Amino acid sequence: MTRWTPDPTFYPTPRDAAGAPAEQLAYVAAFDRTAQQPDAIAVIDTEPSSDTYGRVVGWTDLPHTGDELHHFGWNACSSALCPTAPHPHVERRYLIVPGLRSSRLYVIDTKDDPRAPRIVKEISPEEFGASGYSRPHTIHCGPDGIYVSALGNATDGGGPGGIAVLDHTTFDVRGKWEADRGDQFLAYDFWWHLTRDVLVTSEWGTPDMIEDGIDPELLLGRKYGHRLHFWDLTKRTLVQTVDLGDQYQMTLELRPAHDPTREYGFVGVVVSVEDLSASIWLWHRVNGEFAVTKVIDIAAEPAATEDLPPALQPFGAVPPLVTDIDLSVDDKFLYVSCWGTGELKQYDVSDPFHPVEVGSVHLGGIVRRTPHPSFPDERLAGGPQMVEVSRDGRRVYVTNSLYGSWDDQFYPDGVGAWLAKIDVAGTGGLTLDPRFFPHGDEFRGRRVHQTRLQGGDASSDSYCFPSA
Amino acid sequence: MTWGQIAALAGLGAFHGLNPAMGWLFAVARGMQERSRRVLLTSLPPIALGHLASVAIVAAIVSATSSVVAANIVGIAGGTVLVAFGLWRLLSERHFRWAGMRLSNTQLTGWSFLMSSAHGAGLMLLPVLAATPVTSAHSGHMPPAGLDGTPLAALEGVAAAGIHTIAMFAAMALCAVLVYEFVGVTILRRAWFNVDRLWAAVMVGAGALTIALTA
Repeated sequence: MTRWTPDPTFYPTPRDAAGAPAEQLAYVAAFDRTAQQPDAIAVIDTEPSSDTYGRVVGWTDLPHTGDELHHFGWNACSSALCPTAPHPHVERRYLIVPGLRSSRLYVIDTKDDPRAPRIVKEISPEEFGASGYSRPHTIHCGPDGIYVSALGNATDGGGPGGIAVLDHTTFDVRGKWEADRGDQFLAYDFWWHLTRDVLVTSEWGTPDMIEDGIDPELLLGRKYGHRLHFWDLTKRTLVQTVDLGDQYQMTLELRPAHDPTREYGFVGVVVSVEDLSASIWLWHRVNGEFAVTKVIDIAAEPAATEDLPPALQPFGAVPPLVTDIDLSVDDKFLYVSCWGTGELKQYDVSDPFHPVEVGSVHLGGIVRRTPHPSFPDERLAGGPQMVEVSRDGRRVYVTNSLYGSWDDQFYPDGVGAWLAKIDVAGTGGLTLDPRFFPHGDEFRGRRVHQTRLQGGDASSDSYCFPSA
Repeated sequence: MTWGQIAALAGLGAFHGLNPAMGWLFAVARGMQERSRRVLLTSLPPIALGHLASVAIVAAIVSATSSVVAANIVGIAGGTVLVAFGLWRLLSERHFRWAGMRLSNTQLTGWSFLMSSAHGAGLMLLPVLAATPVTSAHSGHMPPAGLDGTPLAALEGVAAAGIHTIAMFAAMALCAVLVYEFVGVTILRRAWFNVDRLWAAVMVGAGALTIALTA
């Protein structure tokens, strides 16, 4: 049923969204690597005055095992205010939660009891497969439906990967999004410049390239993705492809500017096979075409062979492994996860061509194993991985698992499970919140991946109206 | 047309113009995107034109046929369609996507035509067009009765659509300029009343009224 006035969590402009009240709860995808127990959505209390602040206060087990929860998203967001097909009286209440390994999707209602989300619909792998795709990954609430990127085809674990569309209200699978995909074959993340009718996609690998772990032969053979694709959002056709160079393996997370009058965005590259560095690139328009420019380089750190997992011992160094990035709603700060070295970096990107590092926090890391200040005796495995930023930009949440089989290669003695909260100073600078660190047994043997904040966060909404 | 009909047509036009989904918000978004009041203002005529086309088709058909066929049959059939369409709009939560954000003026007219048609904007004029001439047959409507059932009668329908669209344009322009220049889009969060639901209810009411007046 629709509302009489717009959902209060929808904001026409990024500036309005940055003034949103602080989140009371966070939802975290938790999965069992052994596929013995069901995966779950964990609910965390984020209200500082609460007695249960920083604790797991809700838990919704899924009915199956082996889904491997990963990314997820809201059924509706601020794009519902966009004037071409407005529908602002729907509610932001459902989490669309895909199983990356099982290709099953769940629709989970958070409205009736936000601390006990309830599964209201299940889309079977066969139903999702009708779109032609499998391994659903990223969810975005689009102007005309819910967009779901998927890594592989529906038949054999190969490509192409692409985007499927779900109906906004029934959540039925409507089908494949692309009308003409050109030579695009690998898929991973996607997002858009809504007011410019541009959709951007990035590349990882097909399911058979990733599901059993990172394949050194494929990596050194430069077979993982290294391109960005720019599409016409309304015609659903590929317009332009930009190649970063095949040494830049795995162009993953896409973070376009939230300001709808701007046409740039950031993409993280996991690793360069030439020197194990990671990098951040900026896409922007030059004379009508998109160009991509490297704006941040993060070097690998030398390490003793005996401190390294077998996969890295031939290299004698820890790669930073930039696996996620996130841009604050005001487009001022870019957060960069270095999952290998165990660091979250904060850059001031007010001038997107010249980022300035203004903050850093260490946690975990393949060699460092930095503990959380509140638990100084616990050497942490994993590193800051999925980053989520509150709408007002004051709080950053990081979880530590990357992807089941890849966790096992880089952290072979166990990646553990933790969620840290970092406070942001107004002009930049990061401080770990000593009171907020759910970890270990609190997650009941599951690993934790993406966090979504109640009412929306920096990576869930897009806006059709500029701030001023 | 009687003065009552003209007032009703204009009133419904203003009602359509106020609905952000019918176009003024699109004009505001285009203006804000390009940071140009001129872009906002030049977006309004194509939107009004699309609305006019959508409404005029219904109005012309109704006016041209209302005396050829027995007027009350048109009224009852039209009223039934209206009630059904209104209920469908009320109960269905489906929404449409016609186009992206970057449209030429021609595309913008097309967008407006489709948006108005999907919302059944023309149908809402039925009670005014079909029912009133019958019930007010002696109250001296303007065109001579001899025109009924001729192609000229369709022109009366087009004139009705024109009156409706002028009012729609005025309301739309007022909203767009006020929000763009003074109020800001933040007001949408509180003031964007679910017009679609009200709209659907109005349709059901208008349909019932049409049937009641003509039967």
